[in-house]
Amino acid sequence: MTNETLAEYANLSLYSAMAVFTLAMLCHAAYLAGLLPARDRTAPDRELVAAGASTSTTRAASGERGAGATDDDVPLRARKAAGVASTTTWLGGLLLLACVVLRGLSVHRWPLGNMFEFAVMGSMFTVLAYSLWSTRRDLRWLGLFVTAPVLLVLGMALRVWYTEAAQVMPSLQSYWLVIHVTVAVLATAVFTIGAAATGIYLVKDAVQRAGRTSVLDRFPETGAIERTAYGLHIVAFPLWTFTLIAGAIWARQAWASYWNWDPKEVWTFVIWVVYAAYLHSRATSGISRQTASYIALAGYACVIVNFAVVNVFFVGQHSYSGL
Amino acid sequence: MVEQVTQPQLRAAGWLRWMWRQLTSMRTALFLLLLLAVAALPGSIWPQRSIDAARTADYIASHPTAGPWLDRLGFFEVYASPWFAAIYLLLFISLVGCVLPRSRMHWRAMRATPPRAPARLERLSAHRVAEVAVEPGAVLEAAREVLARKRFRTHAHDLDSLSAEKGFLKETGNLVFHVALIFVIVGVAIGHLFGWKGDVIVPVGQTFANTLLRYDTFAPGPWVDPQTLAPFTLRVDRLDATFEENVTGRGQFGQPRDFTAHVTTTATPGAASQRSTIKVNHPLEMQGAGVFLLGNGYAPVVTVRDARGNEVYSGPTPFLARDNNYTSVGAIKVPGAAGKQLGFSGLFLPTALVDREQGPISVFPDAKKPALALTLFEGQLFPGGRPQSVYVLDTAEMTQVKNDKGEPLRLWLEPGKTITLPGDRGSITFDGVDRFAGLSIRHDPGKLVTLAAALLALAGLVASLVVRRRRVFLRVSPAGPAGRTVVTVAGMAKGDDEGLDRVVQDVLTAVQDRMPRPPETDPDPAPSRLGAGSRWSDRG
Ligand code: HEM
Repeated sequence: MTNETLAEYANLSLYSAMAVFTLAMLCHAAYLAGLLPARDRTAPDRELVAAGASTSTTRAASGERGAGATDDDVPLRARKAAGVASTTTWLGGLLLLACVVLRGLSVHRWPLGNMFEFAVMGSMFTVLAYSLWSTRRDLRWLGLFVTAPVLLVLGMALRVWYTEAAQVMPSLQSYWLVIHVTVAVLATAVFTIGAAATGIYLVKDAVQRAGRTSVLDRFPETGAIERTAYGLHIVAFPLWTFTLIAGAIWARQAWASYWNWDPKEVWTFVIWVVYAAYLHSRATSGISRQTASYIALAGYACVIVNFAVVNVFFVGQHSYSGL
Repeated sequence: MVEQVTQPQLRAAGWLRWMWRQLTSMRTALFLLLLLAVAALPGSIWPQRSIDAARTADYIASHPTAGPWLDRLGFFEVYASPWFAAIYLLLFISLVGCVLPRSRMHWRAMRATPPRAPARLERLSAHRVAEVAVEPGAVLEAAREVLARKRFRTHAHDLDSLSAEKGFLKETGNLVFHVALIFVIVGVAIGHLFGWKGDVIVPVGQTFANTLLRYDTFAPGPWVDPQTLAPFTLRVDRLDATFEENVTGRGQFGQPRDFTAHVTTTATPGAASQRSTIKVNHPLEMQGAGVFLLGNGYAPVVTVRDARGNEVYSGPTPFLARDNNYTSVGAIKVPGAAGKQLGFSGLFLPTALVDREQGPISVFPDAKKPALALTLFEGQLFPGGRPQSVYVLDTAEMTQVKNDKGEPLRLWLEPGKTITLPGDRGSITFDGVDRFAGLSIRHDPGKLVTLAAALLALAGLVASLVVRRRRVFLRVSPAGPAGRTVVTVAGMAKGDDEGLDRVVQDVLTAVQDRMPRPPETDPDPAPSRLGAGSRWSDRG
């Protein structure tokens, strides 16, 4: 049933992707390092105030311009590093896509049957979502914080979660697998980028309040980062809501009842509730953006537990033992 | 006198109103949401009685101090515990108390006219100024058309301004989302009250009739009459099971690959029969109930004869798998034998191996080399008529049969083999191996309500997150030269809105596009009051 050659090519793409991401990560780091001399400048002119002030106020505040000021005062070396980083991130994403496609072809099914495959497709979505979005706005400041976790997850996928290419068990043979799990993985990818942006926001905010200068001064202003994070979360949250509903529909097909309070369902529900609380807190007057951001990070902590802990250590129907 | 009576009442009413306001505040809702998340967690950590009663009992037995306390506090039945219910009920009361006044306000807002334009539009952060070569009235007329085409609702409070607003769908979506959540719970409640579920094990070749008596376990909702189940029947003709044999990597070899039960059903006894299949993920929908294939296993066919060779027991006996290779435990209870009753207890092994350390085990889930490993007891099978598991022998009033050397008698049977039991107890024959289907049958009249409400909630959520509530204002004032007008467009949004600036620009551009173009020959385009880089200055 399984095509060994294709499975080997899939692994080869994965190794290449990891090599490429290592390069991408280093270049993203080099870009940030290149921004460092900002410390010497007396006042980084962050709020770009153009000549026709009346027309450009919102533009400057919206943070669409990304890293601090114009590109002109970024050292050439850093800009070059960012260019290489962007290309290699794209390349790594496409290699992951190749890995996913080859893996699917090798087993004649949707390549989402085990933790290894979740991790690879999740990384692919994360990187491609980041790269696609980068074409619309300057996200170079975020690159390191996307490629580094992706590399970590891929390493875990190979070392800890690796599973040989094979068919899946009967409860996974359903088109609901394609719908439910793919959207779950996509939502997780967007939550991941959102969590990275939220973390940067909180750190930058704390550093700024402490009155210290750092490379973070060259990132977009805190409000813009926070809005970026919010924008990511309101994309991911409906996706997660859909995941929850599709999972319930599938559970009724496979296990007779749409909701069983199985550990995986409990955590999916908890994640949903925590992120709902985040959206709520952001709309509640008197709750600071920092507090809201901590709730978002708590939500992401639950996402990690749901994947790395619940799948492995909790007894439930999702572990598919003893059917 | 009167005062003394009414005052405490007033105070109580004040308190009540204060408490209601607290309960329905956004802060309380937020707190309750977080509390709900935390309260849901223990159910994933501790075994839950309604999901796995055996594991729960094991846990309590192996934690003699903490176990009973956790039990008393509801940790083994979290989702039916009073504290969990308290949280979500408070949340939903808060939700109703929040949604009703908001709906009323929204209803009014939708029918109200957009507010008067602020006097100084330049104060708004998103604004544009331009000068056009027409009268102010014509500009306002054009602006009204432009905004209407962009689906703004417009209103002119005076002769030199225009107010417009759109995006009511955001709040509508938000309200729909919150109301739909209530209906999700309503659907769950209907399913809980009027739904039922039952499990039954049906060996291949046997027929199941949907009556209460036939179920191994049956859990009806509180308002279900179990005597009125739809009277369908279902015979399991064949059960196919395949397992992974080719891939030998970790965690794959021996994994189940396909289970299919071929069945013949009738809607009522005696009605025309119909053939169909049930697979995992492909339930069979009977009238008023879904039939799900949730388990399977082996039912070795065994014949027991007495000393004279008369058959006293014959048929498939389900054994319960206890690991992924279907090492199965079970008991064969032979009450019919004259004198003492016999009970065989032990293992069925689909692919048998006698391991040095673990003893007899199965090493593959398919029936490649089946064997029965049994011990024999005799005495009273059903002491006191107590209910007992069909897979376990109650040996309280039985004694184990020994061999000549005084060791417990061990029987190892392969298909076709007969063993004569010592001491004139007759014989046992292992005729062959059948499979059984573990069926779960379920009726949930609330599921469509829940599904519809959940989808509605999703739609409302998307609308509330995607749609922007925006106001656009226009002011016109005569410019220096007659027949020219200075237009100021400004925007206002509810919450963050990075696209607002572009909307303001778009409105202005569209208004300008409707203005008569200056004649081509005009050598000196009107001076612009816009900053460098705006589109308007390119157009003149
Ligand atoms: C069952 C519990 C609840 C859940 C899961 C929930 C979830 C949500 C979510 C996900 C949002 C974000 C959608 C948006 O921003 O438009 C939201 C918004 C909102 N919720 Fe809830 N909510 C719940 C209960 C409540 C309660 C009890 C109240 C009233 C106190 C409330 C008032 C609001 C309001 C006013 C917004 C709009 C925020 C805005 O304008 O952006 N919610 N809710």
